[in-house]
Amino acid sequence: MPLNFNSFVAMKFGVVIFPGSNCDEDVIYVLQEIMQQEVVRLWHKDHDLQGADFIILPGGFSFGDYLRSGAIARFSPIMQEVIQFAAKGGYVMGICNGFQILAEAGLVPGALLHNETRKFICRNVHLKVETTNSLITSALDPSKALKIPVAHGEGNYFADEDTLKKLNDNDQILFRYCDEGGNVKSESNLNGSVQNIAGVCNESRTVFGMMPHPERAADSLLANQDGLGIFESILKVAHA
Amino acid sequence: MKFTAEINVMPLKEILDPQGKAVTGSMKNLGLSEIQNVRIGKHITLQIEAENKEAASQKVDTACKKLLANLIMESYEFELAEA
Repeated sequence: MPLNFNSFVAMKFGVVIFPGSNCDEDVIYVLQEIMQQEVVRLWHKDHDLQGADFIILPGGFSFGDYLRSGAIARFSPIMQEVIQFAAKGGYVMGICNGFQILAEAGLVPGALLHNETRKFICRNVHLKVETTNSLITSALDPSKALKIPVAHGEGNYFADEDTLKKLNDNDQILFRYCDEGGNVKSESNLNGSVQNIAGVCNESRTVFGMMPHPERAADSLLANQDGLGIFESILKVAHA
Repeated sequence: MKFTAEINVMPLKEILDPQGKAVTGSMKNLGLSEIQNVRIGKHITLQIEAENKEAASQKVDTACKKLLANLIMESYEFELAEA
């Protein structure tokens, strides 16, 4: 189905590139070529977000995942700007390693542990959309499970009981691992994440983290565009 | 003064340590099935210049809290010795 760009707002996206990022170009491709948006590349040593409206921390293995995934990237110079931007209500999204960096920075609750199986898992998973009350899920249909790939060794979401209660009470859980029919089951929990959690947002619903890669399921050439709705959501309601 | 810190970072007890679990499992292959509950953390050493031991201790503590350990999933302890 061709996109109707008349119904979208225009945004300037900033994609942060750390040493070891490897999904930066995929995200840039989706935003520029498919969504037709302006994108600036932000090197991790930069101190300036170049006026971007929406910051994306892409997937990869920043700093070789040394110490813990995302732990070192979290202290990169650009992250101090990103943290300030988020504190002022700016939109930030972290995908995979980007999610790990956000968690390390405390911009989203919880932590990403080693997969329970200790295996690196690279395959399609199904996601249940738990809320449409967020910028990145606003245009999604919660009755339909999204098929989106994951590729991670440390995607096992963990948060303590109090945090989990808050996440549930405040509707901050964006996605849960489910089966094809949208049923959240323990069998569909591929990495051991608590309550099958695959993505969350912060309390003010401006910072988003998810382990699956929507940018890898956005181009029609890949025969799966289930991830595109996330980018469409951002542009349909942002600044509205 | 120069100090050396010996830091231990361990996964919290309530968190499953899959690495430790896999190593526990392999103990059987060594004929050491009496070994249980292997848990694997990190040992970190570093050198620090500080006016005194207390100042050094404070800085190492900050390093642990902010970077070397993630308190959501890990705990830490350290010892300081004059280098």
